[in-house]
Amino acid sequence: MIRDPMLTHLFSLERIRKETYDTFTVELKPGHSSSVTPFAPGQFNMLYVLGIGEVPISISGDPAEPETLVHTTRAVGTVTKAMQKLRRGEAVGVRGPFGTQWPIKESERHDVVIVAGGIGLAPLRPAVYQILSQRNARDKFVLLYGARTPEDLLYWKEIERWRHRSDFEVDVTVDRASGAWRGNVGVVTTLIPKATFNPPSTIAMVCGPEIMMRFTVADLQKRGVPTENIYISMERNMKCGFGFCGHCQFGPFFVCRDGPVFRYDRVKALIGKEEI
Amino acid sequence: MTRSSFQVGHTVVVDSQHLEQLLTVLRKRNYRILGPTVRDNAIVYDGLNSAADLPVGLTDEQDGGKYRLKRVNDQSLFGFVVGPQSWKRFLLQPEMRLWRAKRDRSRLEILEEREETPKSAFIGVRSCDLHAIATQDKIFLNAEYADPSYKARRENIFVVAVNCVKAGGTCFCSSMGTGPKATAGFDLALTEVLDSGAHYFVVDVGSKGGADVLREVRHREALQSECHIAERLVESCSERMGRKMDPNGIKELLYRSYENPRWDDVAERCLTCGNCTMVCPTCFCTTVEDYTDLSGKEVERRRRMDVCFTMDFSYIHGGSIRASPKSRYRQWMTHKLATWIDQFGVSGCVGCGRCITWCPVGIDITEEARAIRESEVGNAPTISARRQNYGNA
Amino acid sequence: METLEPILAQHPFLKGLEPKYLKLIVGCASNVRFNAGQYLFREGEEANQFYMIRQGKVAVQISAAQRGVITLQTIGEGDILGWSWLIPPYRWRFDARALELTRAFALDGKCLRTKSEEDHNLGYELLKRFSSVIAERLEATRLQLLDVYATGS
Repeated sequence: MIRDPMLTHLFSLERIRKETYDTFTVELKPGHSSSVTPFAPGQFNMLYVLGIGEVPISISGDPAEPETLVHTTRAVGTVTKAMQKLRRGEAVGVRGPFGTQWPIKESERHDVVIVAGGIGLAPLRPAVYQILSQRNARDKFVLLYGARTPEDLLYWKEIERWRHRSDFEVDVTVDRASGAWRGNVGVVTTLIPKATFNPPSTIAMVCGPEIMMRFTVADLQKRGVPTENIYISMERNMKCGFGFCGHCQFGPFFVCRDGPVFRYDRVKALIGKEEI
Repeated sequence: MTRSSFQVGHTVVVDSQHLEQLLTVLRKRNYRILGPTVRDNAIVYDGLNSAADLPVGLTDEQDGGKYRLKRVNDQSLFGFVVGPQSWKRFLLQPEMRLWRAKRDRSRLEILEEREETPKSAFIGVRSCDLHAIATQDKIFLNAEYADPSYKARRENIFVVAVNCVKAGGTCFCSSMGTGPKATAGFDLALTEVLDSGAHYFVVDVGSKGGADVLREVRHREALQSECHIAERLVESCSERMGRKMDPNGIKELLYRSYENPRWDDVAERCLTCGNCTMVCPTCFCTTVEDYTDLSGKEVERRRRMDVCFTMDFSYIHGGSIRASPKSRYRQWMTHKLATWIDQFGVSGCVGCGRCITWCPVGIDITEEARAIRESEVGNAPTISARRQNYGNA
Repeated sequence: METLEPILAQHPFLKGLEPKYLKLIVGCASNVRFNAGQYLFREGEEANQFYMIRQGKVAVQISAAQRGVITLQTIGEGDILGWSWLIPPYRWRFDARALELTRAFALDGKCLRTKSEEDHNLGYELLKRFSSVIAERLEATRLQLLDVYATGS
């Protein structure tokens, strides 16, 4: 009997942590009959909550430590809301990893700019980890992160640690804030003109709501980053994760298999067209 | 009766009264026999107990939104084309269980399905459907991932194809290069001939397995004249197709036509009922559903065929990507004729005409493709003729 | 004031400006500095100048009864603050408060308005640059309005 890619593998919920009012992180360890599979930054798993359903969620942990699967997600639908209520030790089904990866290899000997919007930082965090672990292989390294309000910023402690590094430029902004916030206020694209990187030799990785990605790409291009150096991560309805169920189609692409990470020039003709 | 040496490519003749033997031989080899039979005034694919279960002396009249069976004055066994079903119901299955999980105190266990894979003989597979099976093979038996159930079923079928001698009212396999003559993917291919009182089948051997089975069926060498008659019947069929589609450059055409006003026109007619996806032999989208018993101790995950015309289909948190009916029809047709080619290397359309026949409002994929193509040249109607006649009914 | 000219010329806002216009502007310029927490201007006050930020960070804020103080935007080094001096009735619509030590050039609005009426070419150079700033701000504001991070977007 050949391996059935629709068969889920039981993992155990090791830890569940609240990140913001609607976002949480789960850490999973393999159950007695499951094993760990290495993953690449940008990939996702199909996570299954018993009897409720399955959702695709990007992996947001460190690729160098695949024994614990880390996933950060918003609680927006039936499955994620049920997942949010799980307790330590309960089972979560895992299928994957699926999908394409961030261009970590391609970014060697380049400047790297990562632009994340909201929950978009979660699928990018593994890329940050991997680049930091091979820091010398790249020149400038910049992270631009925007969220709705200061309370919506993810991984705040980690961001503070990153900021203290001299080899990592981290700029954070929020769309709105109370007077108590001493940081930047404005959309994340306002951080692009001033960031320190050399556009022609920059690889950019962008993830966030579709509108934010479009505007970010436009501003990166305005600064001179070549279109074929820009990568985005997309999202669509998925039922299988490997190109069989047909739900995630975006033009000729299966977002689960040809994506979720896409080089921008490949999809630019379709992005911005309504209802594709 | 001559004892001939069989090879793939060989042609023999089986008299009509001996066709039953073919079914018997297959049944003896543990194949369940599946083929066309009449049910609820349509020709469907289901179990056959004997050749008598075939739609003897019947033909089908098909047009946009219309399907009728009619008696003919002969004892033809395959004098019709295709009905509302296709062979995907036996290979991909409309519904199946993926796995079960049982919770036993604190232990949870996933039980993999170990189904008994039935051996099936498909009797009467038309060329369009052979191409459809081949395209679904490309999807489900590829290098990286394979569907275990599809694979197991697919490897256990015996295919008896039938070359159409009568073209259907909505058929256009000639345009798509997918028929009416079966050229690959079969064990045996039959062309039914009724000629001056004689009734026989010209049989092409398509595989070693086919040759093997045919050996046990009463047959004789095919005469040159018989082969010619059969060829001419099939040729003439290919010239009398009910519909036509120009497949040249259709992929590029649809890629440039996302904003064509014709889509608004179709949207006014399309009910998004999804019949077309259900009858289409290549449509493959599925979804999964979860079931639990009341105690929560047993959990089941099932897969069933899905329809891209629903609001659910493209739903992600907050809303559907394709909310308008227009975008959903556009998705279906653009996938079928264009993006499918980039995905799988062939067209998703095999010209079987089922979507035209079974659309309750008779939307015709060949007419829509033509209208879009002609709208580029500037001469053609972007309002369908039917709408002009009937207003916005 | 002569020493200001070369430094002023380097500010991104005045890039490409002909020396004769630069001289006119310098005549209206002064060096200013604000400590963290200091207000540059307050809502309702007469808008008599605009600022070219050289260093630091300024929050554009508004204060509403139940909502407290809300920061709408922060601007920093190389940015321009304030265009109300251009448009009657020349009153500030928002508060501007330094979030950290901020150094800037303050450009006298009345002075610039007078000189622009005398020399329309100067006026045109200024307005060209301001329209660009205003357009960028409008675009950024629209993006903020879209609230792209809200659920369902």
